[in-house]
Amino acid sequence: MSEILRVENLRKSYDGFLAVNGVSFAVAKGELKALIGPNGAGKSTCFNMLMGQLKPSAGEVYLDGQRITGKRPREIWRRGVGRTFQITGTYQSMSVIENVQMALMSHHKRIFSIAPRAWKLYRDEAMGFLDTVSMADQADRPCSVLAYGDLKRLELAIALCHRPRLLLMDEPTAGMAPSARIELMQLVADIVRDQGVSVLFTEHDMDVVFAHAHHIMVLNRGELIADGSATEVRNNPQVQEVYLGGGTLFKEDANA
Amino acid sequence: MLSVERIHSYYGKAHILNDLSFEVRRGEVVALLGRNGAGKSTTMKSVMQLLRPRQGQVTFQGRDLVGEPAFRVAKCGIGYVPEDRRIFTDLTVLENLEVGRQPRREDAPFWTQEQLFEIFPNLYERRANRGKHMSGGEQQMLTIARTLMGNPALLLLDEPSEGIAPVIVEQMAETIKTLKEEGLTVMISEQNLHFARAVADRAIIIEGGEKKFDGSFAELEAHPEIRDAYLSV
Amino acid sequence: MAFFFAQFLTGLANAAALFLVASGLSLIFGVTRIVNFAHGSFYMLGAFIGVVLMDLLPGHVGFWGAILLTGLAVGLIGALVEMVVLRPIYRAPELFQLVATFGVILVIQDLALMIWGAEDRLGPRAPGLRGVWRIFGEPVPKYDIVLIAITPVILFALWYLIARTRLGVLVRAATQDREMVGALGVNQAWLFTGVFALGSALAGLGGALQLPKGGADLLMDFNIIGAVFVVVVIGGMGSLPGAFIASVLISVLNVFGVTYLPQSTLVLMYVVMAVVLIVRPYGLLGREEVAGEHGQVGAPETPIRPYGPKGMALVAVLLALLALLPVFAEPFVLTLVVDMVVFALFAASLHFILGSGGLVSFGHAAFFGGGAYAAALLVYHTGTPMELAFLFAPLAAGLLALGIGWFCIRLTGVYFAMLTLAFSQLVWSLAFQWRSVTRGDDGLVNIWPAEWLSGDITYYYFALAFGIGGILVLRHVIHAPFGYALRAGRDSPRQAEATGIDVKRVQFAAFALAGAMAGLAGGIFVFSKGSVFPTELEIAKSFDALIVVFLGGVKTLAGGVVGAGFMTVVEDWLVRLEYWRLLLGLVIIAVVILMPEGIVGTLRTLWRRIRHSDEEAV
Repeated sequence: MSEILRVENLRKSYDGFLAVNGVSFAVAKGELKALIGPNGAGKSTCFNMLMGQLKPSAGEVYLDGQRITGKRPREIWRRGVGRTFQITGTYQSMSVIENVQMALMSHHKRIFSIAPRAWKLYRDEAMGFLDTVSMADQADRPCSVLAYGDLKRLELAIALCHRPRLLLMDEPTAGMAPSARIELMQLVADIVRDQGVSVLFTEHDMDVVFAHAHHIMVLNRGELIADGSATEVRNNPQVQEVYLGGGTLFKEDANA
Repeated sequence: MLSVERIHSYYGKAHILNDLSFEVRRGEVVALLGRNGAGKSTTMKSVMQLLRPRQGQVTFQGRDLVGEPAFRVAKCGIGYVPEDRRIFTDLTVLENLEVGRQPRREDAPFWTQEQLFEIFPNLYERRANRGKHMSGGEQQMLTIARTLMGNPALLLLDEPSEGIAPVIVEQMAETIKTLKEEGLTVMISEQNLHFARAVADRAIIIEGGEKKFDGSFAELEAHPEIRDAYLSV
Repeated sequence: MAFFFAQFLTGLANAAALFLVASGLSLIFGVTRIVNFAHGSFYMLGAFIGVVLMDLLPGHVGFWGAILLTGLAVGLIGALVEMVVLRPIYRAPELFQLVATFGVILVIQDLALMIWGAEDRLGPRAPGLRGVWRIFGEPVPKYDIVLIAITPVILFALWYLIARTRLGVLVRAATQDREMVGALGVNQAWLFTGVFALGSALAGLGGALQLPKGGADLLMDFNIIGAVFVVVVIGGMGSLPGAFIASVLISVLNVFGVTYLPQSTLVLMYVVMAVVLIVRPYGLLGREEVAGEHGQVGAPETPIRPYGPKGMALVAVLLALLALLPVFAEPFVLTLVVDMVVFALFAASLHFILGSGGLVSFGHAAFFGGGAYAAALLVYHTGTPMELAFLFAPLAAGLLALGIGWFCIRLTGVYFAMLTLAFSQLVWSLAFQWRSVTRGDDGLVNIWPAEWLSGDITYYYFALAFGIGGILVLRHVIHAPFGYALRAGRDSPRQAEATGIDVKRVQFAAFALAGAMAGLAGGIFVFSKGSVFPTELEIAKSFDALIVVFLGGVKTLAGGVVGAGFMTVVEDWLVRLEYWRLLLGLVIIAVVILMPEGIVGTLRTLWRRIRHSDEEAV
């Protein structure tokens, strides 16, 4: 059993429209795997089903052998899946460190306590997580003034609080400057290496995908058309036809 | 045709455009290049008056646009295709086109629904479908067709290649060339230099809301340091 | 059987006015995303203007002409309201717009009082349709049959307008993305005005059409708005056929209710609503609504902190002042302060779920009045000692909040708001109609504190201790993990859920706590006044709290308390004037437009501006 996540024949239809049509794949432990494809191919739908935001119409999802199909997001979180969002979801009215403290309060099952002062709880532990994503120096800034790239890193820290076994990252570098993209993905790669976390991510920036992913899957019109190494995927004629194109307008030269 | 003079635009307190000036001449395709966050979309919105510049002038065919509501800017002949497409997902393709429909203009090419279906055959096949059941590429086609229904003299295309499959990007390049041949003036904003070079006559590069380069692609080729400094290639 | 059928026809006829008002509300909401609370006021205006015009215009043509002219006139008034009041605040969060429309209600109420006086008007009969037709031997008024025929025609006309015309396409597009419609060359400001006028005209038509069956009076606005919300919630927000089906359902049920369960007519429709919502949370034909922004314009909220030494000192000084007040103040000042404390706790409890939780409740009076009634009923019927009855107030209100919350928390945004309002109307109708227990609008009287608390000064300290104690408890909870979790669920529900926070359960618990605290305020209130009437449960009471929170500032922790203090003083002064509602309404509208951050928020912004020189990076 070296698989952390196994997806079998996953389907989702919205009033007659098949958004995801029979997708099966697996993510190995310690793997950094990318899911790419054109907009509207069903990537986000897939992600939302894995994380429980959407109920699949059919198919199964297993986390480390346990069935998690259709469970609620917080139930899936409890079993060790963290996620970051395409559009960041942070608590705007709190400071940076309070965002992490909030996740830790949930981790330590303190959500319903009404006695202690929340901002005093787990401060040191939270600082540790902020340190991991190099955000410690911004700990006490209000979350609402952060730059976009910093919000993404904060979200990563939040996702790490529950010591996840699997991280789902929906377009982790969207909206970031190119240099920040490389930095963030390097950080993710380090976390994969140091903490044994597996990561599944979607991405539009092919530079990021080909530079960092161990394996790549391509989704098109709700169906998986490729699943393999970077070279395999790049040379797959079907992928070239529906997604990568002839390469004339694709800035592949950057990482060749 | 369009002249932007020393505009300053803000989002709340954030100063996004700083003393930006440029011109677009009739019949050309201009590419506005720059990184994410450089101010490209803000420039488009500032022309369209979806964001009102706090200082400076935007003049279109001799008319000052600053302070006009967006619908009047559209009526003056500027068509706007937003970055995030913003098609009406609950409406069918035909209804989406209907929203964009405006009377014929003397100074601009005239488009009928039939002509647009010739340029975008996919849309004809899906004419009765609701917008939400379309792929990203089809949505991108629809949003352009919808804006063309307004018979604009100048088309603003905000990041047309963003988030769509490279193979569709190639089609998009062909489409823009077709539009140019029909006599439309086009301004696109892009991060993808290859795409921009394939369709545009001239490049304007901005960074941090300021203009860093304005010239032909040949000139840009001659100065690789500009490209390296301001574009993510 | 024939009797049943005749009853059914009466129900169908009654549905006409309800459907017209509800469809107008739905239409306006669809495009502008504004729940127009003043819609009942347009209905009332329709009735009054209809009476006047019918007097002026004789005969068949005059009658029907008067109805159409009424629709036109109310449509124009609607357009005026839209242009003056709503246009400046379309970009503001939804709470703003709701508060503004509530201001419109107050203004129209007093204007109607000024123009038409306090007396009820009887509606004229429709010429040529005075008698009855016999259907299966049962008499059915001719006018009813005409109404039954008209309603589907209007439904069809509206459907055609929305589904088949260019205007309808534009309206539906604007429902989804107003700004984009503008960028495509459509003047959406006029589109909005047009839709608002059309919706208002429908309400006006409804008011005029029901005249031969009813009349015109000054209570019509609030009386219909509860039913309209029930219709819209049952039918599904934004669905015209849904509004039609629900109007018929409610009206027919109401007719049968009058015949068979005359004590429960008002309650019945809320029961139906509850049943529908258990099965279909977004109504029969509705779709899930995405919640709008809950907050207030201005800078984003800053992280909260308990008061530093300076703030603590200020609070301590204030408390000391209040404690010393009986030494030098007149008794009426003490009463005013008790009122203030009661109101402050009530407002703080609403502010707790609204500000920290993002739950805009329109029915908070249910818990205030519920607590007051719970204590009063115990004293009145069982002679329970006051101390016990007083403690029962927050307990009962908390339980009530658990019950109501169970239905409401599942929904968000306007659905949540309207459902809370409908439930508070349910509680109100119980108090109003269950006369054998509650004595109806005679109220429960002689509910006085225990002997040892009965002095003015003693009760003042008692009220102070519990009122301020309650406020401090709420403040403490906001700073505790639970309060943080509540804000987390408001700021980003998906992140909260993805990190293990059960957002709905947190909100449910917060709703119950807020209910209990409102009940505590009700308990203090009832023993200070010695009586309680159904007015404490009215929509207007819920709105008082909303407005106070809003005036104080949603984004500030002290907003509710400061707003309550301000409002108590202002109201004490205003109600001495004859047309105080008009003034209050205008003040509310002005604040919404001119001071959108509320009192505390505006003061804070000013303070920051003053200190700006020595404060850089933050």
